[in-house]
Amino acid sequence: MPINWNKYDTGPFHDELVKSPGKPRAYAKGLCEFIQNLSDVELQEYKAGADSAIKVMGITFRVYNDEEGSIDRAWPFDIVPRLIELKEWQQIEKGLKQRVKALNLFINDLYNEQNIIKDGIFPKELLTHSKNFLPQCKGVTPPMGIWAHICGSDLVRDQHGTVYVLEDNLRVPSGVSYMLENRQVMKRVFPEMFRQYDILPVDNYPSDLYDMLAALSPREIPEPEIVVLTPGIYNSAYFEHAYLAQQMGAELVVGDDLVVEDDNCVYMRTINGLSRVDVIYRRIDDDFIDPEVFNPESTLGVPGLMRAWKAGNVALANAPGSGVADDKVVYSYVPQIIEYYLKEEPLLSNVPTYRCVNPDEKEYVLANIEKMVVKPANESGGYGMLIGPHASTKEHDEFRQLIKDDPRNYVAQPMLLLSTAPTMVGNTVEGRHLDLRPFILSSQDVCVTMGGLTRVAMTKGSTVVNSSQGGGSKDTWIVDMEGN
Amino acid sequence: MLSRVANNLCWLGRYLERAENTARLINVNSNLLLDLPKSIVLGWEPLVDIVSDRTAFYTAYDVADEQSVLSFLLFGPNDPSSIVSSLEFARENARTIREIIPREVWEQINELYIYGHENYSKALIRRSRYEFLTEVIESVQKITGILAGTMTHDEGYHFLKIGRNLERADMTTRIIDVRSASLLQETETEQSAFENLQWMSVLKSLTAYQMYRREMRLRIRRPDVLKFLLLEERFPRSLLHTLQEVDKCVQTLPHFDATKSEIEQVEKLLMSANPQSLIQDKLHQFIDDVQLGINQVFVKLEETYF
Repeated sequence: MPINWNKYDTGPFHDELVKSPGKPRAYAKGLCEFIQNLSDVELQEYKAGADSAIKVMGITFRVYNDEEGSIDRAWPFDIVPRLIELKEWQQIEKGLKQRVKALNLFINDLYNEQNIIKDGIFPKELLTHSKNFLPQCKGVTPPMGIWAHICGSDLVRDQHGTVYVLEDNLRVPSGVSYMLENRQVMKRVFPEMFRQYDILPVDNYPSDLYDMLAALSPREIPEPEIVVLTPGIYNSAYFEHAYLAQQMGAELVVGDDLVVEDDNCVYMRTINGLSRVDVIYRRIDDDFIDPEVFNPESTLGVPGLMRAWKAGNVALANAPGSGVADDKVVYSYVPQIIEYYLKEEPLLSNVPTYRCVNPDEKEYVLANIEKMVVKPANESGGYGMLIGPHASTKEHDEFRQLIKDDPRNYVAQPMLLLSTAPTMVGNTVEGRHLDLRPFILSSQDVCVTMGGLTRVAMTKGSTVVNSSQGGGSKDTWIVDMEGN
Repeated sequence: MLSRVANNLCWLGRYLERAENTARLINVNSNLLLDLPKSIVLGWEPLVDIVSDRTAFYTAYDVADEQSVLSFLLFGPNDPSSIVSSLEFARENARTIREIIPREVWEQINELYIYGHENYSKALIRRSRYEFLTEVIESVQKITGILAGTMTHDEGYHFLKIGRNLERADMTTRIIDVRSASLLQETETEQSAFENLQWMSVLKSLTAYQMYRREMRLRIRRPDVLKFLLLEERFPRSLLHTLQEVDKCVQTLPHFDATKSEIEQVEKLLMSANPQSLIQDKLHQFIDDVQLGINQVFVKLEETYF
């Protein structure tokens, strides 16, 4: 039976495509009509088409579990796209640029003068207890003062339609290749829709990334040597590392391919002998990049890399230590950080955040834990979180104890009612919660991807969108409705 | 070009070629068995000798019957030469250099791996064997074609070609060696019709039959077949041709002198051969020398570039 939008229940949530049962939002009307005219057989064909495209294109990610170890899984993809109107997107884009500019000024300040601390805006204790603040980076100013060259910020929308930044990923954010591949899959599967809508292209990202990285080169030469440093094929994001290297025409290297010589320059081993490297887009965590300075057990990194970086002979993106601003306690200060450095009002909202490090806020969280989302300050990938309303009394108590033991490491936020979008479930559509991760590139310019990666929780009622925990994804369409 | 990448490309070329060659070999043997009388016991064991070795085979199987040898050659769990293993290695290699090879090629390799993995049991059944093997052969051909047509013919491409041609050379020597040892009864006239058939199968395993016929215009005779397979430089699977290809590729690389001189040694050895006198032990010895030479070329490549 074909899809009937009258029966689509939006519940108490803001739905991205449908205003209320039977009433698609203006920009989603064409899409909803198209889908509703499809027969069961056609729907299945589209789904099968997408699945086989993903399989053949080899779009995979790695997951780890106890039974099977590490396995390569096909990328979970939902064929119903998520739409955002261009006008709204442009506002979001401005907000993201503002945010990342401020964050970079903040990081550079922390590793140098620390004016924000001297001026009493940001508490010094937070820095001393930050796991991601690397004392080894003090006194360094990377080219243009930029530390977080690639930022992936997670956006959500609440039941009133307000967009919030949920977190900023400033270490090695991943997902952008899936954004690009989702579009490729959609073009193969739904060419009809691309004629009907003005969908803004996303394909520019690899060249933007290349230009951004090239601008960081310490040598002023026409074609600086740019490499992507990967931990290897067993990393969950290896697909993306290979993909980006390929799209940029850069070399994909592992630690063993690189060597730092006595001149403090980085070289790669080639069939011609050693060849100088200018820019490293590293996809290895800080702790593993240089066994001379950080984890001495690391075999993934390159001994001497920090020496070369500090000497200014190689650019690292993101710069080591950028993660200091990728901390959920620091997150709560972002509005003040924007006001302090840019003298501007924040354009994007922060989710109200309770810092357990402050006693009165901690008491509030302990008393209201059933209603809140509790997050550890330094984890990523959705690990170590408590979603109060979905958790058991036992889990509540466990987290109360964790917070009491280490208040600096926890923040809590009220439970947002995340927005939904229609998602294929069997042969019909149901609302599923989602978020959006745009990517922001910063060097001489700041640019933002057109949309980003929409991640969707495939399980009914769930708000966990991470692919490592059963999340899926959708193509994200920024649609220009002017003139329609 | 990174040394690691060059190494991977070289092996990618080898594994793809190996999958194709093994598929051809099984195909030809299946056909040959249909033509031979029951009194000539040819069986499947020689295929094990050509592609892998008996020790590996007999640790997993008791007898070298059709089903056992085929499962060994198709997906042999301990055998890096089986079709499915070759495809798996090819895919793993391609994955680690995904950014170097054209996207279409990666997709084809991935698809072929999935196909091989899901369908190899088809080849255990005589009726669907041809279909499976042909699909493998044609897919590798397609990949070779896309590579030739879409990849820049740079150093990386040359490493691929080097791998492919060294594997091809290796396979040609193995087929000649095993077949001549197990097939030939030089003088028995009553079996000559079948001997003829068997030399035909050698040619066919190397897709050389038709070209041999065009070139030699003679009935199938051992010395002529040998001459064709060893020395016909215009035939892409003859030993001399494969070595010349490697030679040409190597000359586009930096520091090629040492490798080139190894290749020239093997070429000289080939040219010095007199097919008329290469029978039984002498042939075996000769092939052994050639194989050693080919091996030396590979060792030099490894020393110089990887």
